[in-house]
Amino acid sequence: MGLNIIVLAKQVPDTRNVGKDAMKADGTVNRAALPAIFNPEDLNALEQALRLKDKYTGTTVTILTMGPGRAADIIREGLYRGADKGYLLTDRAFAGSDTLATSYAISRAILKLEKADIIIAGRQAIDGDTAQVGPQVAEKLGMPQITYAEEIISADKGKVVVKRRLERGVETVESPLPVVVTVNSSAPACRPRNAKLLMKYKHAKTITESQNASEDYINLTNDRPFLNIPEMSVNDIDADPKWLGLSGSPTKVKKIENIVFQAKEAKQLTAADDEINELMKELIANHTIG
Amino acid sequence: MNNVFVICEIDEGKVVDVSLELLTKGRTLANELKCKLEAVALGHKIDGIEKELYQYGADVVHVGDDERLDPYTTLPHTAVITGLFEEEKPQIALLGATTFGRDLGPRVSSALQSGLTADCTSLEIGDHEDKKAGKTYKDLLYQIRPAFGGNIVATIINPDCRPQMATVREGVMKKEIYDKHHKGKLNKLDVNKYFKPEDLVVKVVERHMEKSKVNIKNSSIIVSGGYGMGSKENFDMLYELADVIGAEVGASRAAVDAGFAEHERQVGQTGVTVRPKLYIACGISGQIQHVAGMEDSSMIIAINNDPNAPINRIADYVITGDVAEIVPKMIKYYKQNTK
Ligand SMILES: Cc1cc2nc3c(=O)[nH]c(=O)nc-3n(C[C@H](O)[C@H](O)[C@H](O)COP(=O)(O)OP(=O)(O)OC[C@H]3O[C@@H](n4cnc5c(N)ncnc54)[C@H](O)[C@@H]3O)c2cc1C
Repeated sequence: MGLNIIVLAKQVPDTRNVGKDAMKADGTVNRAALPAIFNPEDLNALEQALRLKDKYTGTTVTILTMGPGRAADIIREGLYRGADKGYLLTDRAFAGSDTLATSYAISRAILKLEKADIIIAGRQAIDGDTAQVGPQVAEKLGMPQITYAEEIISADKGKVVVKRRLERGVETVESPLPVVVTVNSSAPACRPRNAKLLMKYKHAKTITESQNASEDYINLTNDRPFLNIPEMSVNDIDADPKWLGLSGSPTKVKKIENIVFQAKEAKQLTAADDEINELMKELIANHTIG
Repeated sequence: MNNVFVICEIDEGKVVDVSLELLTKGRTLANELKCKLEAVALGHKIDGIEKELYQYGADVVHVGDDERLDPYTTLPHTAVITGLFEEEKPQIALLGATTFGRDLGPRVSSALQSGLTADCTSLEIGDHEDKKAGKTYKDLLYQIRPAFGGNIVATIINPDCRPQMATVREGVMKKEIYDKHHKGKLNKLDVNKYFKPEDLVVKVVERHMEKSKVNIKNSSIIVSGGYGMGSKENFDMLYELADVIGAEVGASRAAVDAGFAEHERQVGQTGVTVRPKLYIACGISGQIQHVAGMEDSSMIIAINNDPNAPINRIADYVITGDVAEIVPKMIKYYKQNTK
């Protein structure tokens, strides 16, 4: 018997390319203005799941992502790399969620999927760096958690053995299943897309995406049900609206400020030899260095 | 009731620095709120640990001493902390943003359905008016952190849920003995009353901890490189410069992400905060998340080929040019002038 693995993955704005219009007036992120990528550590998480799938036959890997419609890209990307299926959790009611409201929605969705043995997530997402959603989901599901994982060494006989990478070393821990594991970027990188899977899933779409699709496409998906990416909304997850979105978020953004540094009176130098020479002399003379 | 709490991290029987830093901060907050400062210390064989915590200003120290609390695992700690918090109802709870605090904090916040803000760079007390609801909140914790994107700092509040929880990285707050003779009250916890059998299912089977090799936090000179170093080979020049002038090497996150340097060297909001005598920023643009970790340096030299790089605004010396040309010259002229 294989394992049933759910990978939590997030589409994030590429924080390396942040522009002026990155934030909206209400303090939430203006996602539409930024290039969107697969959160890097979620790819490390996916790789751990795929390795378990390679090791334990019969294992299925399901991607669960919460986000706007375009986050379906994350699921396609996961399918190209070896995941078996994916669900897009999407609803306007989730807008403005902090980590706690997000965790609540995700945990409700997980309960609607086939019972998971292991839930694997990236340690943190690069748009917030909070590392909170994994543990908060674990708590909501009443499962143990193993954070900062570098390797899931084994997952059989009802338990996992996981190597964790901490500030000053490594630790190996053992936990019964089901369990939530969050994976570090020090774990192996994710395998690339597989050419055959790319062909297979190239036309995978959510219901929303296929709304304007041609009749040909509809016929195609009738033959190939695996091309349907299921969507889940608030109504599908038995969620209490009061715990979702802004109302379910204890933390609020009070204000955002643009930082303007106090310009100091700086000495201006160039790379010219005499200028660098003078600088080093000065630093030595006033005992800043040496 | 309704006091300020610091959840202390214990490493090999000792309270780690970031917890003491938070006690110092927590003391200031408690004074402002006219309430008590309480510390929680969970571990095994930690008799007498409260003495140091009193000196840092704790009025009450809750100690849970049990072999199941060492080494740290999530669930037993969560059980004790959430149980204690349900009884004591803290208004504020602070943790270090270490692997310990970032494992435990979210778990506790999820259990108590209260908000948590990660990696705060400043904590203040202030009021809040919710115009829509026509409500005014007094004395909230302003959890201030650089937010998403460039030059933006967000103030996060937690108006309705308690405790208001925040994590802070090591080195961000100053650690200061409050009063060597300050005496607090010891509360020995009966941890058994908090544990459920399912809290004890995770086992640590092996641990290898080493002393960190890199110590940029305590270095008085730091030569730090960014993405502008261009390559690992170029970045390695910085070790040479650091070696001759007696410095440690730091890095920006972009340099760490590019594989030029190891994560331990990262300076900034999600790395270490440093306050050296001299900080030389080489090929670093100076985004807020980086600057947050080094702006208190006594002297800053910025080397950048862009005369408008943001880092230049906080620098004492701005050298405009190519790092690959300037760094070797610094090495050369340092050697010439110290011969
Ligand atoms: C939540 C979050 C947390 C973050 N935490 C941190 C953190 O802790 N620490 C951190 O550093 N960053 C952090 N960042 C990232 C931060 O926003 C910046 O992306 C990062 O600091 C940029 O690194 P950099 O200056 O090296 O690279 P860049 O911004 O790419 O700058 C490179 C600089 O090098 C200059 N340059 C290029 N070539 C040369 C040359 N030949 N000679 C001289 N100069 C040259 C360029 O003009 C430019 O100014 C965080 C971001 C987020 C979203």
